[in-house]
Amino acid sequence: MNRQSNTYTIIYSTVLVLVVGVVLSVVYQALRPKQLENIADDTKKQILASARIVPTEGQSISELFASHIKESYIVNDKGEKIDPSQNAFDVNVALESKKPAAERLLPVYECTTDSGLKYILPVYGAGLWGPIWGYIAFDDNGDTIYGAYFAHQGETPGLGAEIEKPAFQTQFDGKNIFSSTGNFQSVAVVKVGKEPADQAWVHAVSGGTITSQGVQKMLFDSLEPYSAFLLSLKNK
Amino acid sequence: MKVNKSLLPLVNPLSKDNPVIVQVLGICSALAVTAKLEPALVMTISVTAVLALANVIISLLRNTIPTSIRIIVQLVVVAALVVIVDQVLKAWNYEVSKALSVFIGLIITNCIIMGRLEAFAMSNRPWPSFLDGIGNGLGYGIILVIVAFFRELLGSGTLFGYQVIPQWWYDHGYQNNGMMILPPMALITVACIIWVHRSRNKDLQE
Repeated sequence: MNRQSNTYTIIYSTVLVLVVGVVLSVVYQALRPKQLENIADDTKKQILASARIVPTEGQSISELFASHIKESYIVNDKGEKIDPSQNAFDVNVALESKKPAAERLLPVYECTTDSGLKYILPVYGAGLWGPIWGYIAFDDNGDTIYGAYFAHQGETPGLGAEIEKPAFQTQFDGKNIFSSTGNFQSVAVVKVGKEPADQAWVHAVSGGTITSQGVQKMLFDSLEPYSAFLLSLKNK
Repeated sequence: MKVNKSLLPLVNPLSKDNPVIVQVLGICSALAVTAKLEPALVMTISVTAVLALANVIISLLRNTIPTSIRIIVQLVVVAALVVIVDQVLKAWNYEVSKALSVFIGLIITNCIIMGRLEAFAMSNRPWPSFLDGIGNGLGYGIILVIVAFFRELLGSGTLFGYQVIPQWWYDHGYQNNGMMILPPMALITVACIIWVHRSRNKDLQE
């Protein structure tokens, strides 16, 4: 057969694309369960990291998660639990953060730790190059941060990406997000020398200004809808 | 150094015919993934695997591929292999796959791969093509690892994430060079490697 003819070329490309398509879908189907498991495990690891629980080598993350997170539920911006049928773990925080505060589903994880019950809330926002997200664990007074975990998709290594390092994250420990009069204030992420007097603050990553501002905005925007829920803990 | 002639496709790309510092291909990813050693190493393995397999497949198909669509056929094969590598990494080494994120997908656009397919696999038998793929992958990897070594050491004071610059250096005023983290320093490091390499191989000087 003439290898340069149009018919040969068309048949050749059709067969090639079909073969490649079949191979790729087989690979995808075969690896999908394992991948979903990895993604779920990774999310669980991040949630636990905010409450300073780090799995040891070879420990099953699902088991560790189940042993610490006894209860999880969804609240609305008035602090009321809603829709007990829906699993908090399945809420897509990225999508929720785009809705107006009144319509958001707000997941809460109750985590039992050695130092008491902690409430873990997810946060989601934008850095310089892409999304940034995290989990913030609160003491049972609903005001003091017990631990913070941040991650990012593609911030600059060594600069914005430093938000995923303990040096940045441990700064948040012990900060209060409400003023003494009970107003929601969040935590400011500021340059050295620009520390506000009337609000809890942490130092920004030097060279990662946009990412740091992103963290500040993310904390405010994501935690504000929870203020009713957190205040109800505070006044308990 | 005398080497068996059949092994030339494997050995040549390591130095005399290095894809990065002699042919100046694949520079883009050499800048992107060399801020730390670990991603550089995984990138090397991924590129080598894709390149060796793509070379063999194209070499097997070389007499059947219609000339008018040969680049498209090469692209389809490379793209399929890259997607497979990406999926396998997501399933078996999620941490690393997260660290490399988009760069795995960008192997498709790595000029070395298309370059070797077009220049070597289209006109050689599968075994030499396989060796050529491994050789070029490793030749690319050597440079990546050298660049990443200096960038991680000078930029972060670590190697493979372990602190190697002792704390008392910092106490005495030593600072990590933040500029090493930024892409321009990768280019300058590559240029330094080319300088050293050229001065040792006078026949490559123009």
